[in-house]
Amino acid sequence: MNRRNFVKALTLSASIAAIGLPVGAHAADTIKVGILHSLSGTMAISETALKNVALMTIEEINAKGGVMGKKLEPVVVDPASNWPLFAEKARQLVAQDKVAAVFGCWTSVSRKSVNPVFKELNGLLFYPVQYEGEELEKNVFYTGAAPNQQAIPAVEYLMSEEGGAAKRFVLLGTDYVYPRTTNKILRAFLKSKGVADADIMEDYTPFGHSDYQTIIANIKKFAAAGKKTAVISTINGDSNVPFYKELGNAGLKATDVPVVAFSVGEEELRGVDTKPLVGHLAAWNYFMSLKNPENAAFVKKYRDWAKKNGVPNADTVVTNDPMEATYVGIYMWKQAVEKAKSTDTDKVIAALGGQTVKAPSGFTLTMDKTNHHLHKPVYIGEVRGDGQFDVVWKTKEPIRAQPWSPFIPGNESKQGI
Amino acid sequence: MFRLTLMKRIFGVALLLTLLVAPARAALDPSLLAGFAGDFQGRMAAIEALGVAGGDDARRVLDALEAGRLGVVAGRAVIVDGDTVRDAASGEALDQGAGDIELVTLNNRVRRTLANARAALALTSADRAERLSAAITLGDNPNETLLPVFDRALAAETDEEIRGIVARAAARIKLASPDPLTRLRAVRALGESSDPAVKNLLEGLLQKRDGNWVEPHPEVRTAAKLAIDDIEGRIAIAESVGTVFSGLSLGSILLLAALGLAITYGVMGVINMAHGELLMVGAYATFLVQGLFRSYLPAYLDWYVAAAIPVAFLSAALVGVAMERLVLRHLYGRPLESLLATWGLSLVLIQAARVIFGPQNLELANPSWMSGGVELAAGVVLPYNRIVIIGFAVFVLVLIWLMMQKTRLGMFVRAVTQNRPMAGCVGVPTARVDTLAFAIGCGVAGLGGLALSQIANVGPAMGTGYIVDAFMVVVLGGVGQLAGAVWAALGLGIVSKFLEGWAGAVIAKILVLVFIIVFIQKRPQGIFALKGRFADS
Repeated sequence: MNRRNFVKALTLSASIAAIGLPVGAHAADTIKVGILHSLSGTMAISETALKNVALMTIEEINAKGGVMGKKLEPVVVDPASNWPLFAEKARQLVAQDKVAAVFGCWTSVSRKSVNPVFKELNGLLFYPVQYEGEELEKNVFYTGAAPNQQAIPAVEYLMSEEGGAAKRFVLLGTDYVYPRTTNKILRAFLKSKGVADADIMEDYTPFGHSDYQTIIANIKKFAAAGKKTAVISTINGDSNVPFYKELGNAGLKATDVPVVAFSVGEEELRGVDTKPLVGHLAAWNYFMSLKNPENAAFVKKYRDWAKKNGVPNADTVVTNDPMEATYVGIYMWKQAVEKAKSTDTDKVIAALGGQTVKAPSGFTLTMDKTNHHLHKPVYIGEVRGDGQFDVVWKTKEPIRAQPWSPFIPGNESKQGI
Repeated sequence: MFRLTLMKRIFGVALLLTLLVAPARAALDPSLLAGFAGDFQGRMAAIEALGVAGGDDARRVLDALEAGRLGVVAGRAVIVDGDTVRDAASGEALDQGAGDIELVTLNNRVRRTLANARAALALTSADRAERLSAAITLGDNPNETLLPVFDRALAAETDEEIRGIVARAAARIKLASPDPLTRLRAVRALGESSDPAVKNLLEGLLQKRDGNWVEPHPEVRTAAKLAIDDIEGRIAIAESVGTVFSGLSLGSILLLAALGLAITYGVMGVINMAHGELLMVGAYATFLVQGLFRSYLPAYLDWYVAAAIPVAFLSAALVGVAMERLVLRHLYGRPLESLLATWGLSLVLIQAARVIFGPQNLELANPSWMSGGVELAAGVVLPYNRIVIIGFAVFVLVLIWLMMQKTRLGMFVRAVTQNRPMAGCVGVPTARVDTLAFAIGCGVAGLGGLALSQIANVGPAMGTGYIVDAFMVVVLGGVGQLAGAVWAALGLGIVSKFLEGWAGAVIAKILVLVFIIVFIQKRPQGIFALKGRFADS
C-alpha cells in the first residue's frame, strides 16, 4: 500500500468510526456510565478487578430491567496508571460521552488529578477505595473507608489486651500522599493515647521498592527494646510481596511482631505464599470470608461472571473490600437516580444522602446525609494459610466517617462540604 | 501483684508436677476441651488446661489446633482428619461429614499461648530438633510460670546448645529474684547472650528509679555492665555481618539482572530496553514449571526450582532469538532505532503476559529448603533463599566465564566485540555469533528472572523495575566487561545497603544515582575499560 492509499484508508476508517459511535450508542434508551480504572501499568493488578465487578453489577442491573426502565451502558476507558491521563479520560467521559456517573480511581493521586475535572464539568464520581481523608468534594462520593473507619480502629485493636497490648509502633509506608497523611493522623492519635515519640518509628520506601532486608532488620532491632511492638503498614502495590516474603524468611512471626496492613487484601495476597504470614492482620470494611447470605451471593455472582467472561485464572478469583465498595456505590447511585427520577448531577447528589443498601459486608450501609461517605462496619482479620482472612474483631454497627480527622489541627471548622 | 505471682507459681508447680507424672491416659477429660467452643478467652483457657494435663493426647489436640484441623460440632471438640472426623477427647471416629464443621480460629494472643504450651510439652521430647525449637520459642518470651519447666529441662538436658538457651531463658526470670547471688549468677549467664532484648533488660537494672538503683547490689551492677559490653560487641559483629550479607545479596540480584545485559549491551552494543521483560519471561517460565510440578509431580514440588533452570534459560533465549532474527538484525549500527524498537517490544511482551496470565501477580512459593534462614544472632537472620541466590549468581557467573574464555563460541564473541570487521575478515560468521550471543544474554536474563521469582513479585511489569538498575551496573562496570559488571553489582549492593541503614531507603536510592552520575562524568568508560584498538573508537 503506498502512502496516499494509506492516508485515504485511515481517513475513511476514522470517519466510519466517527459516524459509527452515535449510531451504536442508542442515545435515547440507555444511560451511560463511565468506568475509569487502570487496565495497564502498575495499578492494573488492583484496578482490573474493580472494572470487572463494575461491569458485573451493571449487567445485573440491566438483567433486572435497568434504571428507570433504561438499560445502563458502560463506557470503559483505560487511564493506564498514568495520573494526568486520569484527568484527560475523566474529561472525555463527562464532556464527550456524557456519562451520568463515573465509577473509578484507586490511588489518591489519581483522585486528586480528576477532582478539578468533575468540579468544572459538574460530573459525578464514585471513589471505592479506603483513603487518607482530608478532602470533601461536592461531586465525589466516597464508598471506601475514611481513616476513622479503618486505621484508627486497627490501632486501637493493637493496643487492646486482645490485640497484644502493643506499646511501640513502626509506621511503615510507601512514599506518597496516602501513607504520609495516614501516618500523620496515626502519630497524633498515638500521642493522644500517651505513646512517646521514642516509641514510634516511621519509615518510607519508594514505589516498587523490592529489597526489605534493612528495614526488617531495623524493625527487629526496634522491637527488641522490651515493649510489645506492632507494625502498621501502608505499603502499597507491588512492594507488599517482597515485604511479606522477607518478613516470613526473617522469622518475624505475627505472635512476636504483628503487622497490620491497610492496603493488603485478598487480591494482593494472591501473589504471596501466605503460610509464613499466618496471624498478620489487615483492617477493612469487608472480607471475602464473611459469612452472610448477601456475601455468599456476591462471591458466587463474581465467580460466575469471571468464568463466563474468561477472566484469566477465573477459578481462583477473589473478592475484596474495594470491589464491595464499587458494588455498593453503583447500587446507591441507581437508587438515587430512581428517587430523583433524573440523572441530573445536582438532583442525584441531593437524592444520594440517606440511601441504604444491604451490603455483602453483612450490614445495611447508609450514605451519610451530609458528608458523602458511607457509614461502614470495621473488621480486623488475620491472614490464614489459604490467603483469606479470619475476622478476629469487628464493630457492632457501621460507624460514621470523619473525612476531616480530629487528630489533625485546624480541621474543626471543615466538617461540611 | 504478689497474689498473681503466687498463683503463677502454683500454676507452674502444677504444670511441673503433671509433666513429671503425666501418665499415658487413654482419653482426655472432655471438660478440658469445652473452652474451644467459646470465645478467644475460653480457647486460651482450654489450651492452658491441656498444657497442664500434658500427655500424648493433649499434644495431639494442640497439634491439630495448630494445623487448623480442630473443629467444634454441637459444643463437642473434634479433629478433622482428611475425610474422617474424630472426637478430640477419645480419638474415636465419628459419623459426621467433614464439610459442615466450624473450625476453631485463633488470634495472635491465643496463638502465642498455643506456641508456649506446645513448646513446654516439646521441651521433654526425645527429638533434639524439637527440643531446640521449643527452647527457642520459650526463650523468646519466658515468664515465671515456666521456671520449673526450665529447671527440669536443665536437669535432664545434655545438649550444650539447648542447655545454653534454656539457662539464659531461666536467667532472665531469675533477674527478679530477691537473692543477690542468684541475680549475680543470672546476670553472668546472660552475658553469653547476643539478644538485644537481653541487653535492654540488663540496661534496665542500671537505671535509677526514685533516686534508688533498680538493682540495689553494686556487684550485680558491675557484672551487668560487663555483660552489656559483651552482648553489645556480639550484636555489633552480627549486625555488620548482616549488612554486608544484605549488600552481597542485593549485589547478586543486581548481577543476575545485569549479566545478560552485559552481554547484549556490552558485547553487541544493542540497548535492549526489553531486557527487563526477558527477566519476566524467565519468572513466568518458572511459574509454569511450578504449575506442572503441582499437577504431575507433587511429591517433588520442592525441586521445581532446579527443574526450572533450563526451562527459564531456554524460553528466554528463544524469545531473544525471535527478537534478534525478526527485529534487531535489521537495526544493527542504529542504536536509537534499536532502542525504540526494543522499548516497543517490551510493551508488547508486558501486554502479552497481561492478556495470557492476567494482570495479577503470580504466586511462587519458596521451596521448603529455601524458606526460613540461619540465625546469626537475635535479630540477624540470613534467609536461605538469599543464600541460595548468591550461590546461584556465582554458578551462572562461572558458567558464563567458562563459555566466554574456554569455548570457540566465546572466542568468536570476544573477537566480534573487539573488532567486528576484522573478525568478519578472518572468517568469523558475525551474524550467527550475534544471534547466539544475544540468545545467551537473553537466556541469562531468564535465569535472573528465575532467581527474582524467589524473592520478589512475579507480574507482567516486574521487569521494568530492574531495567534501570541493570543499566546502572553495566555502565558503571564498563561496557564489554563481565568483571566490571561483577564489581559494579557487588559495589552498588553493599554501598546501597550501608547508605540505607544510615539514611533510609529513599535517600539511599538518590545518593546512589548521584554517585553514578558523578562517577560517569569522571570516568565515562566505567570501572574497567577494554584496552587496545577498537573498530569503533
